[in-house]
Amino acid sequence: MATADPALTDDRLLHETESGESYLTHGKGILSWLLTLDHKRIGVMYLIFILASFLLGGVFALLVRTELLTPARTIMDADTYNKMFTLHGAVMIFLFIIPGIPAALGNFVLPLMLGAKDVALPRLNLASLYCWISGAILALVSITVGAIDTGWTFYTPYSTTTGTAVIWMVLGVFILGFSSIFTGLNFIVTIHKMRPEGMTWFRMPLLLWGLYATAIIQVLATPVLAITLLLLVAERTLGVGIFDPSLGGDPVLFQHFFWFYSHPAVYIMILPAMGVMSEVISTFSRKHIFGYRFIAYSSIAIAILSFLVWGHHMFVSGQSGLANMIFSALTFSVAIPSAVKVFNWIATMYKGSIRLDAPMIYALAFLFLFAIGGLTGLFLGALATDIHLHDTYFVVAHFHYVMFGGTVIAFLSGLHYWWPKMFGKMYSERWARVAALLIFVGFNLTFFTQFVMGSHGMPRRYYNYLPQFTVYHQASSVGSYILALGFVVMAVYLLHSLVRGERAPRNPWGAATLEWETSSPPPAHNFDHDMLAGDPYDLDALVWDPKQKGYVRRDPSSILLHPAEAV
Amino acid sequence: MTYNLVASLLSAAAALQPQPKKPSFWMPPQVSTFAANVDWLFMVILGISVFFFVLIVALMIVFVIRYRHREGHVAEASPTHNLPLEVVWTAIPVAVVMVIFYLGFTSYLDMATPPANAYEVRVEGQKWKWTFTYPNGYVDENLHVPVDRPIRLVMSSADVIHSLYVPAFRIKRDVVPGRYSKEWFQATTPGEYDVFCAEYCGTGHSDMLAHVIVHPPGEFEQWLEKASNFLDTMTPVEAGRKLYQVRGCQQCHSVDGTAKIGPSFKGIFGEPQALSNGSKVTVDENYIRESILEPQAKVVAGFEPVMPTYQGRLKDPEIDALIQYIKSLAK
Repeated sequence: MATADPALTDDRLLHETESGESYLTHGKGILSWLLTLDHKRIGVMYLIFILASFLLGGVFALLVRTELLTPARTIMDADTYNKMFTLHGAVMIFLFIIPGIPAALGNFVLPLMLGAKDVALPRLNLASLYCWISGAILALVSITVGAIDTGWTFYTPYSTTTGTAVIWMVLGVFILGFSSIFTGLNFIVTIHKMRPEGMTWFRMPLLLWGLYATAIIQVLATPVLAITLLLLVAERTLGVGIFDPSLGGDPVLFQHFFWFYSHPAVYIMILPAMGVMSEVISTFSRKHIFGYRFIAYSSIAIAILSFLVWGHHMFVSGQSGLANMIFSALTFSVAIPSAVKVFNWIATMYKGSIRLDAPMIYALAFLFLFAIGGLTGLFLGALATDIHLHDTYFVVAHFHYVMFGGTVIAFLSGLHYWWPKMFGKMYSERWARVAALLIFVGFNLTFFTQFVMGSHGMPRRYYNYLPQFTVYHQASSVGSYILALGFVVMAVYLLHSLVRGERAPRNPWGAATLEWETSSPPPAHNFDHDMLAGDPYDLDALVWDPKQKGYVRRDPSSILLHPAEAV
Repeated sequence: MTYNLVASLLSAAAALQPQPKKPSFWMPPQVSTFAANVDWLFMVILGISVFFFVLIVALMIVFVIRYRHREGHVAEASPTHNLPLEVVWTAIPVAVVMVIFYLGFTSYLDMATPPANAYEVRVEGQKWKWTFTYPNGYVDENLHVPVDRPIRLVMSSADVIHSLYVPAFRIKRDVVPGRYSKEWFQATTPGEYDVFCAEYCGTGHSDMLAHVIVHPPGEFEQWLEKASNFLDTMTPVEAGRKLYQVRGCQQCHSVDGTAKIGPSFKGIFGEPQALSNGSKVTVDENYIRESILEPQAKVVAGFEPVMPTYQGRLKDPEIDALIQYIKSLAK
């Protein structure tokens, strides 16, 4: 192997890509974006749409929290409130959090991590985006023609008898499902067929294991939701009795069908987040990930077990005691792989050299919040305590700790981690810390209070409430305003970075995965050379270069399949 | 062997089981025989959770401080995996969750198995009201029960799914249309406690409340006898008002002139009403009786035909009392 002078080789590599145009400038005009097959552009468009959905869902959440400042009416009537919490749930789940990490960050990063030019099926990737847009439009139509008041779970027979725009929303979710299936299918094919030379299954970055496990669930579980929703539409429009007992149907059957998708869907949300954690914690600890195989296997274990636990949403629905026992036992099994991952991440930090840049701050917040979210699941998996806590604010707090404290915080970690790669700009580290602090404090104030009021018996989805819960509700609402302020700060410094941000080096964090081996932002074709993958966590292979304000490889030729051609 | 170990651990733990009655930081007051068990399990899981949470966060903080990036500090080499260690920290959570599962399951078995001699009350949920029917046929809007006696609830729904939830008893059960669901409890302390609907059911979901009134020994039977004779002890108008409040009329019909899901009762008696089929009817005894028993026969213009029939649910003297009450609201 040629051992050229590192600096020299490095300059040469620099010259090749960074003088050229990036994927952002490659092709001008709106059509070059709307018809693009470039996974990076599709990822960025997904990111924009998803952040817009997050804003919309967040506004609904703030309206809900504001209404709950006082019992009875504060700013809206009961029917409006019921629509607000439904829209908050539906928008956040179907438009934001399910596609969040896979479709936005995953789309951008996955081919780059493979050293590939694109995903295996670029047209399917664009189709997925258009499915998302179509589904989102239907959901928006639903909001404008009377909205929907069923809760995001669409339980029958309420959803088949209420007068609101259920069909629009349900069809929107149906189409959004295809967007999710297409992304999953694409990732499965891409990971199977396009790994570079040297990247065996157990040399894949752990984000790819997370995305792979996610994709399996997306492809296998989403069709069940699609069929369930079509049956719901058939019942509403044609009067076919499937779920409504007055037509000879069974309302609890809907719950089985719905949760058969929607419980695995929880893992569609959290698995990619866990993948992001593995990348970030290793990189910022300057340590090889600890227990790679256990983390990889645990992703697959979660994907499999996630299909077997849906009945834990139905402990008080009237399903048999035997079913309750089996589902309770299986539910606890799914806790194990999550616990293993947490221990492995902590162990990764041992003897490291830990840098507290924004992605790592969010990763630490993730460990704190996800631990609470995961551990409070134990109360809900145990039958006797779940009977009391089911459908109270305890459940609301639990899933917000997992979904927000887990997935959203990991999404923010990933967003800050890959932001320099996506846009070639650095953001203000100082303001990032301010935002992270506001979000952390606001989040805990909003949701920890909900554990306490929930265990005291405050039911969820309540417009009005008894006076003893007032203090908890008010604290929670104040927390939500602090949380929102944190996001406003974040929006400002991220947008500011696009305009005024310092130019990002190729590898600002010193990660060893391949996406950092191209320029920031990458050229349209990603890499100039065929890549050779090594150990994705061999961080010793990188060294800080003050000249570039970033990390460079000690031996740049080590990641090239044909080093001779590059020189 | 594992079973014996768990069982002996359990009995040891049961001996330590505290018996608080007052509401705690986490829990409402304990008023049923289940409550102490549920709360004890809650505290056990809380203890386990706090232990692991503190462990995780403490290690995280120690590592961040001790191994923080600083001048002259570099990451030290350490193994990238350690099979025995990882097996151990997989096995420990497995053991812990098995114990939690076992505890949750055994307590649940008690909650799922009503004793044979339980006193039975029929419960019906409808948007947005609970009605409780006692063995003698008397219907009340609240659940009255004797203390220290097992009570079995047989529940059904007239429309969508509801869920009967009494936090002080730690019980909750969905009430599903088209089937009967059952639950039981035994109250331990006389008093008045909240009943919630815990399954979202629309506009009035958060107002679908009731009370459980736990009567001291010997007083329940007296209450039931007195309450059951309300048609004899009250004037027809008062009895009609009580029926209006208890039997679900009030959710859709106001008495102050505001139109809700159905027309208001105020000032309609003796007046002509336009019907949805274009004809007119004068509100008299026969029209009210027909509207109660066959609500879809003559629907007032501007309203949906959504009222359920009360055929077989109201007795003739009760219908008479309701007619007298509506009459009393005439202009």
